[in-house]
Amino acid sequence: MNPYRIEVRVKPRPGLLDPQGKAIHHSLNSLGWEGVNDVSVGKAIYIDIDADSADNALATVEVMCRKLLANPVTEDFEVSVIDEMERTSS
Amino acid sequence: MKVAVITFPGSNCDYDLFKAAQQVGGDAKFIWHRERGLNNYDAVLLPGGFSYGDYLRAGAIARMSPIMEDVIAFAKTGRPVLGICNGFQILCESGLLPGALMHNTSLKFESKDVMLRVDRTDTMFTKDYKTGQVLRIPIAHGEGNYGADDETLEALEDQGRVVFRYVDRDGELSDEANPNGSLNNIAGITNETGNVLGMMPHPERAMEKLLGSTDGLALFTSMAGSLQPS
Repeated sequence: MNPYRIEVRVKPRPGLLDPQGKAIHHSLNSLGWEGVNDVSVGKAIYIDIDADSADNALATVEVMCRKLLANPVTEDFEVSVIDEMERTSS
Repeated sequence: MKVAVITFPGSNCDYDLFKAAQQVGGDAKFIWHRERGLNNYDAVLLPGGFSYGDYLRAGAIARMSPIMEDVIAFAKTGRPVLGICNGFQILCESGLLPGALMHNTSLKFESKDVMLRVDRTDTMFTKDYKTGQVLRIPIAHGEGNYGADDETLEALEDQGRVVFRYVDRDGELSDEANPNGSLNNIAGITNETGNVLGMMPHPERAMEKLLGSTDGLALFTSMAGSLQPS
């Protein structure tokens, strides 16, 4: 088994109201930034997990996303391996 | 009527619900979320609050609690399950009710009295109301904006599962009367079999004239009444 660090990006589904994004958008405008067309806020979740391959680590985390980490009614998610940690000696 | 009030870490309307159940003659007990076993109860109530600090999403962690497996099994027996505010959010997260509760469109936590119209009186929670009756009931939430995909919304409407809607004083739907942006002014819905009700407003806070309104009382008398052997 190898340790993997997986990044989960959970994003509001397009077209749904994103109040945090809206508030930040207003603030950026009032600070004088022109041409900001849209701001949306998601969240990043980092999971350190042992798996026998990167694909299996990703597959496991995708199941976690469907079961807990994202709400399919309101959110989309993406998963990626960001850092293959050094193999721990056994 | 033996009533289980489920308490999660961060629940804060559990005592109000307990009191409401007692007020209509219920034998109420608190059930901690790590306990198991609801078979001996006649009704299950999920209180409002901020279970697990609303971490991840409101209700998302609470629905993983051991007791929720029993709540789901209990609901399948056809006995009444009522979720109010955070309880509604937990019911949606657990899949007992469809859709999701998103941030209010106002971007604010809304804490005030609202007017609700009772659209269905043929449920075990509303039989003591009159169809179209307008109630004054408090709300207190940041994430009460009910959303669902088109198919789900259509099913809810076609099957008459929208029990309460936000209205103005005359009982008319309007955007101004909608405190959170919910689709079709939805304030409360049931599952397909009608024994699970989720609602954002707090009927358990409208039980005493001294506190401004008694319009929530009939919800609890309805539930107690429908559990009496006839």
